[in-house]
Amino acid sequence: MKTILAIVKPFKLEDVKEELTKIGIEGMTVSEVMGFGRQKGHKEVYRGAEYVVDFLPKIKVEIVVDDDRVEPVLEAIQAAAKTGKIGDGKIFVLPVLEAIRIRTGEKGPQAL
Amino acid sequence: MIRLIFLFLVVLASAAKVWAGDEPLTLESNKAAIDLVQSHADYVWTLVAAALVFFMQAGFAMVEIGFTRAKNAMNILMKNLMDFSVGTVAYWAIGFGLMFGVSSGWIGTSGFFFSDYKPGGDPWVLAFWMFQVVFAATAATIVSGAMAERTKFKSYLAYSFIVSAFIYPVFGSWAWGGLLNGGGWLEGLGFIDFAGSTVVHSIGGWLALAGAVVLGPRLGKIGADGTVKAIPGHNIPMAGLGVFILWLGWFGFNPGSTTAATKDIALIFVNTNMAAAAGAIMAMFTAWVIFGKPDVSMSLNGALAGLVAITAGCNDVLPLSAVIIGAVAGVLVVLSVVLVDRIKVDDPVGAVSVHGVCGAWGTLAVGLFYAKGFSLKVLGVQALGVGAAFVWAFGLGLIMFIILSKTIGLRVSPEEETQGLDVGEHGGSAYPDFMVSAYMQK
Repeated sequence: MKTILAIVKPFKLEDVKEELTKIGIEGMTVSEVMGFGRQKGHKEVYRGAEYVVDFLPKIKVEIVVDDDRVEPVLEAIQAAAKTGKIGDGKIFVLPVLEAIRIRTGEKGPQAL
Repeated sequence: MIRLIFLFLVVLASAAKVWAGDEPLTLESNKAAIDLVQSHADYVWTLVAAALVFFMQAGFAMVEIGFTRAKNAMNILMKNLMDFSVGTVAYWAIGFGLMFGVSSGWIGTSGFFFSDYKPGGDPWVLAFWMFQVVFAATAATIVSGAMAERTKFKSYLAYSFIVSAFIYPVFGSWAWGGLLNGGGWLEGLGFIDFAGSTVVHSIGGWLALAGAVVLGPRLGKIGADGTVKAIPGHNIPMAGLGVFILWLGWFGFNPGSTTAATKDIALIFVNTNMAAAAGAIMAMFTAWVIFGKPDVSMSLNGALAGLVAITAGCNDVLPLSAVIIGAVAGVLVVLSVVLVDRIKVDDPVGAVSVHGVCGAWGTLAVGLFYAKGFSLKVLGVQALGVGAAFVWAFGLGLIMFIILSKTIGLRVSPEEETQGLDVGEHGGSAYPDFMVSAYMQK
């Protein structure tokens, strides 16, 4: 089992969700985060004082899938989230040691 | 059918009156009754206006909460709630008497604790007090914005009492004492401040300046290299709502100062509105030119600046003059915010610029746009009043805030300031279930 952790632009969330649903992914966890990479911030002015906004709002999408589904998920996310402009985000794949469905107690890939 | 019977009975009754041989009523013979109706109308207008001015407290609260950070929202709200509540009691007990009591020209000496009102007697003093207390509260609440996000709550309570009991009313007695039982030296010289550009707004604005100076800037406001940093407010829509509420309340503040239901209020309404609009427009343009974009918070301040400026002369000047007075205030407020920043005084909401500076401008403008024709003497008296207000409010403010800081302490600890005053002063959180994201700035 693997966790796929994708940082994407907020307005791309709906597209990512739809692409994942199309390939049969039935669940995901989404959080609002702040971050930056090579996409630098921008300047704003508040009452005459200039300030730099470095951290930009992003959406983090987390999906846990069985190993054989990893490649399709990576392709789906990339296709949905890419704009071609700087700041599109990154995807990370992490190993998962255990998964449990709380309601039934199922473990392993059945819990996904 | 019932109605026809009723109508017939009314006609019969009126006819009976004529048959009884009454004299036809004339204006002279009916004067007492006519005067009574006018008096009733005066009460209604004065008290409706007082209610409108009271509602400005909501406006101030919304503006100040909107322009400051979420972690201090409860504290700002509490300060606004309390400067009105404590102020009300202080003004009833002491302030009103100092302002409108029998006076030699410098301080009132009667009318404390409503001693002028006898149960069953003339209630005009109650209506007049009600109108005046909301004005006192307006002056008092101006200060909380400039001192936001770093002032100890108990010190602010102490300040609220002192300003409403003493600082505001004594100056008020100099300019307005004659409206009731007193008479001040300033009004005796011909000083004109119809609804309080100086008496209310400049007094509040200069007290705010004193507070901000003694407090020092918020943590993070001045960078290590000395540059002024932005600390954005957390809810600009709320600040906008506050400005609209203040604009509405000003329709009680200015026209209500006639304390009489007369046709004069029409011109005052119009002047008030024109100045606010002109102030908003010119502040927007000024910010646009200086900063590159039409800044929302500056435009909001501009509307208030126009309102403050027209307050002194709203009953007298022509609408065109009101536009000019408001427009100049709109420019002044933006420049003043920049200047206040430059001298490293931290005023989170622009209270000093809106109320102090534009209150002074509005008072001087009365001399410049004097309806009977420009006179250096009139302008001179206006300037004297403006100067006296500054010396009184800023001077006494400095003394009071320094004493407070050396006794019970004025500023919260750096740890508490960082954590937020809602937690430190009130043990709570304004938005416990609601995550408000914060930009981090360099």
